[in-house]
Formats: sequence, structure tokens, C-alpha cells
Amino acid sequence: MNSADFRRGVRDVSPLLLGVAPFGLVAGIAAVNAGLDLSQALGMSVVVFAGASQLAALDLLGSDAPLAVVVVTAVVINLRMVMYSASIAPYLRDLSARWKGGLAYLLTDQAYALSIASYRSERSVDRKSYYLGVAATLWAVWQLATVAGVVLGTGVPDAWGLEFAVPLVFLALLVPAMEDGPTVVAALVSGTVAVAGAGLPLNLGLLVGASVAIPIGLVAERRMDVVESDGH
Amino acid sequence: MATSYTDPAVWGVIAVIGALTYAIRLSFIALFGRLDEIPPRLERALRYVPAAVLAALVAPAFVTLQAETGLAVDKLVAGGFAGAVAWRTENVFATMAAGMVTLWVVRFLVLPAL
Repeated sequence: MNSADFRRGVRDVSPLLLGVAPFGLVAGIAAVNAGLDLSQALGMSVVVFAGASQLAALDLLGSDAPLAVVVVTAVVINLRMVMYSASIAPYLRDLSARWKGGLAYLLTDQAYALSIASYRSERSVDRKSYYLGVAATLWAVWQLATVAGVVLGTGVPDAWGLEFAVPLVFLALLVPAMEDGPTVVAALVSGTVAVAGAGLPLNLGLLVGASVAIPIGLVAERRMDVVESDGH
Repeated sequence: MATSYTDPAVWGVIAVIGALTYAIRLSFIALFGRLDEIPPRLERALRYVPAAVLAALVAPAFVTLQAETGLAVDKLVAGGFAGAVAWRTENVFATMAAGMVTLWVVRFLVLPAL
């Protein structure tokens, strides 16, 4: 361990905590709304430790969706982390299996983005120390925010509609994910199908929307490539 | 809405989602050397997962029908305004604050006055 690089990780992640803390707060509030107690809410944040999937799972649990739908929806949301795992793997290949196992547990959108940027920059860095500085800080803030959310969520009247904060968090994540034409097409298709399918049995709207939109995104990608290369 | 599932069922779901999510995180980190790269076709499809999944979570929350009043205007207006803020700032906190304040203004001040 290199404590200077660990501290550098903590420092680099600090500005991001302004976004992570309210997100964790919402996860705690959503857990209360779904009928979970403090130990279950915190248990979910520790065991799953992936905000978007936690919120979706809580939403589905609250509406008594079949457990298989809850699990599949949450896992589909987390599939994007396959890309992070593959992208960061070469930089972690010299670590022991134990370190790999521990760092993988802490892999998140933010930990990936900051670490990969640091590894690719010219400065030499002790990779596991930097990663741990970033990721362990995120982990601690996430757990604290979840607990705060449970406490807050228990005290606020229903009319305030605090559960509306959940789609707002997703919205803030969605906008940067619509990075080019084909991803915008995929988002529009998926959103439309999900609205039209809101009454589908088993709360399948999300899975149907996403599984229609991904192939359409791929088709749009091919078409837009064609259009682009025609223009040159 | 509170779930009607029992505590063991809730813990079971948490455990299964946690185990599968951990397997996703560990996949290539553990396999590197034996499996160096994601197959290109899979990688191209994965690129659409965030946009598709998030849009399917967002849209039905903003466009919702209520039994007595029809379209939920407060959620639609708040979602639209928050969308503009998200687009301008790409900031989670600003988006949440804009959406919640708009929801409360429309729900408690504007709609009762109409």
C-alpha cells in the first residue's frame, strides 16, 4: 500500500460525493417506501452496492413483482459493469487473487472512471492504493447515506412524494448515457415501449423496453454509419 | 408501496442480486489472461444497456395515468424541467433538486389554484 496514492484517490473522488450522497439518501428512502427495515436497507447497500439496480429492485419489490423479474431487472442494469471489468482488468493483472476479488467488489461507475483515467495518464501510481482510495470512500459514503435515507424516509409525509427522487436520479444518469445518435434512438424506443407497457403483467415493462431497444440501437448504429460514410 | 414479501424472501433477493452482480464485476478481472477481450458483438450490444435501461426506468415515472384525474401533470412538468436541468448540468444533485421543487410547486401551489 502506498498511502500518498491512497490519499490522492480520496481527494480525486471528493467532488463526486456531492452526487453520490443524495443518490444513497434516495436508496434509503426507497427502501423504507418498499417496506424494508434498516437492516435490510443497509444489507442491500452492502451486498449489492450498485445504486441504480438497488432502486429498480426496490421499486419492483414494493409493487410485489415476481422475484425472478426483480432479480433479472437488477442484473440487466448491472450488466454494464462487464465493460468496466474488461477495461480495467489489464491494469490489475499483477495483483493477487485476493486483491482482485476485493477490488472487484468495489467496482462502480465512479471508481472505474477515475481509476482508468489515472492509470492511462503518464504519472506512475500504485494502482491498488489509488483504486482503494477512490472506491472505499465511495463505499463508506454510500452506506452512511443509505442509513440517513432510512431515517429521513421514515419521517417525511407521503404527500411530499419523495419516491419521485428515484426517477430523477435515473434521469441524471440517462442524459450522459445518450452520447450519440444510436444511443438516443435506443433511449427513445425503450422509454416509449416502457410507457406503453406500464400495464404489462409481472412488471415486465422495463425488460421488454430494453430488449426491444438494444437491437434497434444496433440497427440505428449501422444505418447512421452508412449515412456518415456516404457523406464523405 | 410496501412489499408483501416475507423477510426471508427479501434477504434472498438481496443475496441473489448481490452474488450475480459480484460475478459481473469480477468476470474479466479474474479471467484476464485466459479471456482478454469482450467479443466485439457483445461489446457493441452492451453499449446500449445504460441508455435503454435508464430510459425504461425514467419514462413511465414521468408519464403516468391516474384513475380519477388522468395524466399526472405534476410529474410530467417536474420531469420535463428536470430533464432540461440534467441536459444543461449533467449533475445528479441539481437534477434532483430541480425536479423535486418543481413537483412540490405544481402539486401544492399551482394545481390547487386552478
